[in-house]
Amino acid sequence: MSKLIELKGISKSYDGEKVLEGINLYIRDKEFITLLGPSGCGKTTTLRIIGGFETADEGQLYFDGAEISDVPAYKRPINTVFQKYALFPHLNVYENIAFPLRLKKTPEAEIRERVTEMLKMVALSGFENKSVSTLSGGQQQRVAIARALISHPRVLLLDEPLGALDLKLRKDMQNELKSIQKAIGITFIYVTHDQEEALSMSDTIVVMADGEIQQIGTPTDIYNEPKNAFVADFIGESNIIDGVMLEDRKVRLEGHTFDCLDEGFGRGEPVDVVIRPEDVDVVKPEAGMLTGQVTAVTFKGVHYEIIVDIGGFKWMIQSTDYVAPEATIGLYIEPDAIHVMKKSKYSGKFGDYSSFSDELDQLSDADAAEEF
Amino acid sequence: MKYASRIYLCLIFSVLYIPIFTLILFSFNVENSTAEFAGFSLRWYIELFNSPETFTALRNTLLLAVLSALLSTVIGTAAAEGIYKMRSRFIKGAITSVTNIPMMNPDIVTGMSMMLFFAAVMGIFKISDYNEIGFAAMLIAHTTFCLPYVILSVLPRINELGDSLSEAALDLGCTPVSAFFRVKLPNIMPGVISGMVMAFTLSLDDFVISYFVGPTNFQTLPLLIYSMTKKKVTPDMYALSTIIIVSVFILLIISNIRSGKRADENKRKRGAVK
Repeated sequence: MSKLIELKGISKSYDGEKVLEGINLYIRDKEFITLLGPSGCGKTTTLRIIGGFETADEGQLYFDGAEISDVPAYKRPINTVFQKYALFPHLNVYENIAFPLRLKKTPEAEIRERVTEMLKMVALSGFENKSVSTLSGGQQQRVAIARALISHPRVLLLDEPLGALDLKLRKDMQNELKSIQKAIGITFIYVTHDQEEALSMSDTIVVMADGEIQQIGTPTDIYNEPKNAFVADFIGESNIIDGVMLEDRKVRLEGHTFDCLDEGFGRGEPVDVVIRPEDVDVVKPEAGMLTGQVTAVTFKGVHYEIIVDIGGFKWMIQSTDYVAPEATIGLYIEPDAIHVMKKSKYSGKFGDYSSFSDELDQLSDADAAEEF
Repeated sequence: MKYASRIYLCLIFSVLYIPIFTLILFSFNVENSTAEFAGFSLRWYIELFNSPETFTALRNTLLLAVLSALLSTVIGTAAAEGIYKMRSRFIKGAITSVTNIPMMNPDIVTGMSMMLFFAAVMGIFKISDYNEIGFAAMLIAHTTFCLPYVILSVLPRINELGDSLSEAALDLGCTPVSAFFRVKLPNIMPGVISGMVMAFTLSLDDFVISYFVGPTNFQTLPLLIYSMTKKKVTPDMYALSTIIIVSVFILLIISNIRSGKRADENKRKRGAVK
């Protein structure tokens, strides 16, 4: 796995406002990499710079060892699946997919063969003569993928390609995209704000916020070893508590000293401690390391979501056992459930569930989706 | 109330159309009379087509309309694309307003300024006979006053289309020029065509500007009809007018059918997206 694409110190601003700040990133051949972050974090701009639709103010872009910062989009062996598909309405399905081949003056027989093969791959055989405007969102999506893949690009860029689809279709397309990527063995660079999508599809996730890369790693790394409060909060649910590192493998928080697995911090260094809701065991108050009062319980199907007040800080706990609201419970936390992070500019901004409510969460999700 | 509105509607349509129908009727009159209809005949049509002067004027008018429509469509579409691509919002607004001014400007002012301009051109290039540059002057004048209408019809289409399709074309290997011709142009075609039709009809029935700019060796129909009305209007002019009215009517029906089809398509598209 060699470096196929490399971004070195890429910065970009619009009207004096920084959107990207010193992005350093390399992308290996044949990998499925996801740029993940909230709206306005710069992930789409990064993708557009790789695709050649924007030029960076500073920094260089390398492809296969050669600099391509000034190579126009049409000369790059990189194709894109656009957010709104961007199918050509004046052409039918067949001609849309054949478009890149027609540009290269490919013989008619070969075009027919390759388009038929592509249509088969995206399960749209028999749709050749349909007008693209009569297709459903999912079908348009498949045509866009087929069109982007037919000229055998080295890299496929996907800009929130599943954003406009409903949940069920989105899950199916996730699997389909992953299997297409495996089958043809090329690099996929995927942009999304949906952390679940990123976790389930990617080989590597790049978490971005405020025009900077927060963390690069495999999905398990990102989930289990978040680098700062932003990453911990953005990927999954997490309780982020202020703590103090007493010595290696010992952290003190909420008046209790916990054993943990983290090392290499200074003695007495203030830190952020991440504890995932599913890693906390609910026990009797006298058996708990911490005790708190339950303030809310929500049934979620697989588990109950319990909000517990511990010394004024609201924790979220997921448990399969029901506890009554207002009850006092004990919490038991295994050493490997504790993850210690250095303090960052995001400390204190995330990870407290005192203002948490499901409706609020959905509202802000809808807002985020609309911005795209 | 219902009756009142119907009567009102009938009244409006009679005022609008009775004169036109009278004209059509009398173009088929046997006699040279505008008072009584003596019988049906195609006499005036035959006379019209036998008059070489009218025929030349008709040919001139069509030639000028076709050429200036084509020219202004090409230039106007390029201009619209250029305006769309402008980065600065201020310059964009300024240029759009400047291109719109000739539309607001009274024709008579445009005509006079054109006349002065071509007189100056003659002076600079030491041309003594205006007839030498007459046709070119007419073509330039007509193309110029049609231009804003083409831009006005094409620019909204380009704005509506946005960059996504062009970007997709570039992404798939089109050069910027081929992206324009292969993807953008086909998708803004309805705007381009309606701009061209508008330019064609505007050039066809322009009188004021042609009156100022027109040379003696290149007479258009409106100029000819005007010069004839100074003498006596003969029914062959009614015949000519009838032909023009019918042509315009047919053109209108065609363009209505086209835009009706387009509206249906748009409705389907929107339905499909949902």
